[in-house]
Amino acid sequence: MNRTIKRAAVACLAMFGLLMINVNVLQGVRAQSLSDDARNTRNFYERYAVQRGRITAGGKVIVAQSKETKGDFRFLREYPEGRLYAHVTGFFSPESESAIERSENDLLDGSSADLLLQRGIDLFTGEPTRGANVDLTINPEAQKAAYDALRESGKRGAVVAIEPKTGGILAMVSLPTYDPAELSGTNKSEVFGRYDELAKDKSQPLLNRTIENTYPPGSTFKVVTAAAFLEDDSSRGADTTVDAPQVLDLPNTTADLPNYGGAACGSGQVTLRFALERSCNTPFGKIGIDLGHEAMGEQLEKFGAGKPLAVPMSVAKSDFGPKEDAAAVAQASIGQRSNQMTPLQMAMIAAGIANEGVVMKPYLVNKITDPNGDTIDEADPEEFSEAVSSETAGELTDMMISVVANGTANRAQIPGVQVAGKTGTAETAQGQQPHAWFISFAPANDPKIAIAVMVESGAVRGGGEATGGGTAAPIAKAVMEAVLK
Amino acid sequence: MSEVAAAPVPMPAKRRMAQLVMLAFAVVITMGAYANVGLAMDGAIPSGMLTYGLSLGGLMLAAYLVLAKFAPWADPLILPLVTLVNGLGLVMIFRLSETDSTLPSATLASPNTQLLWTLIGIVLFSVTLIFLRDQRALQRLTYTAGALGLLLLVSPLIPFLGQEINGARIWIGIEGVAQLQPAEFAKLALVVFFAGYLVAKRDVLALAGRRLLFIDLPRARDLGPVLITWGVSLGILVLQKDLGSSLLLFGTFIAMLYIATQRISWVIIGILLFLGGAIMAGLLFDHVQMRWRAFNDPGNPEIYNAIGGSEQLMQGLFAMGSGGILGSGLGQGHPELIPLAFSDFIFPATGEELGLTGLMAILVIYALIVQRGLRTSLAARDPFTKLLSVGLSFLLAWQIFIIVGGVTNLIPLTGLVTPFMSQGGSALLSNWILIALLVRMSDAARRPPPQAIQNEGMTQVFQR
Repeated sequence: MNRTIKRAAVACLAMFGLLMINVNVLQGVRAQSLSDDARNTRNFYERYAVQRGRITAGGKVIVAQSKETKGDFRFLREYPEGRLYAHVTGFFSPESESAIERSENDLLDGSSADLLLQRGIDLFTGEPTRGANVDLTINPEAQKAAYDALRESGKRGAVVAIEPKTGGILAMVSLPTYDPAELSGTNKSEVFGRYDELAKDKSQPLLNRTIENTYPPGSTFKVVTAAAFLEDDSSRGADTTVDAPQVLDLPNTTADLPNYGGAACGSGQVTLRFALERSCNTPFGKIGIDLGHEAMGEQLEKFGAGKPLAVPMSVAKSDFGPKEDAAAVAQASIGQRSNQMTPLQMAMIAAGIANEGVVMKPYLVNKITDPNGDTIDEADPEEFSEAVSSETAGELTDMMISVVANGTANRAQIPGVQVAGKTGTAETAQGQQPHAWFISFAPANDPKIAIAVMVESGAVRGGGEATGGGTAAPIAKAVMEAVLK
Repeated sequence: MSEVAAAPVPMPAKRRMAQLVMLAFAVVITMGAYANVGLAMDGAIPSGMLTYGLSLGGLMLAAYLVLAKFAPWADPLILPLVTLVNGLGLVMIFRLSETDSTLPSATLASPNTQLLWTLIGIVLFSVTLIFLRDQRALQRLTYTAGALGLLLLVSPLIPFLGQEINGARIWIGIEGVAQLQPAEFAKLALVVFFAGYLVAKRDVLALAGRRLLFIDLPRARDLGPVLITWGVSLGILVLQKDLGSSLLLFGTFIAMLYIATQRISWVIIGILLFLGGAIMAGLLFDHVQMRWRAFNDPGNPEIYNAIGGSEQLMQGLFAMGSGGILGSGLGQGHPELIPLAFSDFIFPATGEELGLTGLMAILVIYALIVQRGLRTSLAARDPFTKLLSVGLSFLLAWQIFIIVGGVTNLIPLTGLVTPFMSQGGSALLSNWILIALLVRMSDAARRPPPQAIQNEGMTQVFQR
């Protein structure tokens, strides 16, 4: 019988051999793909096993933090300021994250190489992994003022403010907004259901209007046109006379370019300052035609448009539009054609002028500290582009002061502070209400804040037609006051 | 008168000391694992550790003493190896019960009950060794064992006594008080029956018959026992929906039949019968068909989400994948996410925390236990002992192959317990008896034969 017993032993050996090979294949070869499978909820639990870092605004206000809990999930994400900072912090959902939560994810969850040592210590002491804390450049008062003022208007829109000398973003508000807590729960079906609702909502609450979408800039763009005009010839200044016909005949078309409401612009020969104060269309249309599509496009690029930018969320590209005929250039030069701008880009234009012609690279993250409070990384302001010469910047500032002091933007005046600004009211389509714009900076002699406000045509709740001077300027004023007080 | 040196009879060493040291080592590893779980999950040594350590250590010492007294020549490896897998199973069940999770795999894990069953298992091990002094006594009980085995198998079908749990009617007992799976004991009785029956009938099964093509076909009337076993297995499958036990019994019987008769034709007939039965079952029963589909394409979302589909299997594979080569470490993974992590799926659950390294070690331990059993069989002196020990060893190996292969997607999944690791009293008790039988037989096989007095020089010759 021993012969068959030995054969049975070989069979047993073969069975164990097969089991061992199979286990090796599973845990050696296929381990990664099995581990990464979306249905492997371990990754889901791991997400909540880490004490994610805090996000603070201006070094003081906590806008996102992880709280330890008893239960299946060790740490849960909280957003004490909720809707106010939603588009800045983003959310931390069971399978993804957005905005800062996404851009700074490897620091917040501690997986970054910068935290390798810390992770090693935590592992050794049996502490849970702790992520780094992220401090934002956001000025909490400015953010609150922007949010309140925009909400007050009852409109959808965007407010973004920059510190001109550094590029630090002081306020970033987009309405309508959402509550990040609703998208950061651990109940997947609830979170995903809510996300779908928000994603399908026609008012696009998930869209960060300050950087993720572009809009026709309307008359605020005349600042760029004016900059191109001044840069073209250094002998020109705010008081250079320009042609200002009542109606500009657009070459090769039957259409004309009138001023707003068909009004006349002075005597037909006005200073550049006067044209900007009154926001006349014809002089800037003519300047655009004279300079041409290329020169206009170049000037816009000098303000930073078209260059890839991440703040650290990536910013949609702003653009002067494709080359068409002279008529199109005229219309684009007053911001009414194919030129598409993000509110952030418009704020950068204001900031560039405020900072003597130099556009600083906008950024949101001020400082990264490790869990013990030691600094890992600190923002280092850098130049993004050279927009105009400092002389041109001075002339532009001068004119924009006049716009606020004597022109269309009188509602942006702040007692005791010189404010420079420019209004805009962009027609989006025939018969639709226009978008209202305002860009400004203050104090004009030593700028602390540059801001762009965009109020969409669609009303959130009732309200009349939005205009740059009437709707957008007071919002900018409120934010500037919050920063300057 | 010449002095002829008698050929020295090789004397297997008792190796009792080595066994004690290995046994202590197995207990120490288990206690280390306990401490590891506590430190990883609560940051402290588990409060019950001393109790566990003393109980397990004390139990093993008692088992060792019984073994040393009643089976002194027994194989020294078997008891320490079994102790180690039993201990690791206890640790995994303890670890599952320690999570805060409200998942059934965490709430249904009960380490204290399992420790109690281990205690009873070792008592039965000792009792078997003490009262069964010669395994050949079992040969006289061949048909009694056969009848007992069948009775145990059908007992869950008896009204009031039998209970259906999780869709399988394999339990007897009083609801809420105690349940036993009689099939676990039936398999031991049936292997005893197979061994006795085959020893008696092997000549006729081996020799009679005709040769057709290349294989020797048995006589039609000798096919009887094979067909009866096949029928019983199918009966278990159909009436109790217990795929695992069905496959286990039939496979073990065919293997023993082959070993006894040395005729490969029995294996071929067995495989054909099995395939026929399996295909028939697949056509007749949705749950059998679903098992096959789950095996074939477990990742398919449709099959994954189907009722009785591959979710459970995939969760086990995810656990193993997440564990990788070194594992997450005890107490640091999420084995509670695998359904039935404390019973059928304890192998992948262990794989998550101990990794490929740990699973390979466990497989090697199992393989060593089987190997010691097979070695006993080779060394045994009578056909019944040979057949019984090889039958029990094969039963163990085959069971491990079926369940581990099933949960690792090597073969279609059929529910069976992982010997000594899975939570559950019946299996633990019957397996400890199985080990007692192997130990008894290894004692018989290694015991030196009575030495004939050969030194004639010592013989006094009287002359009148």
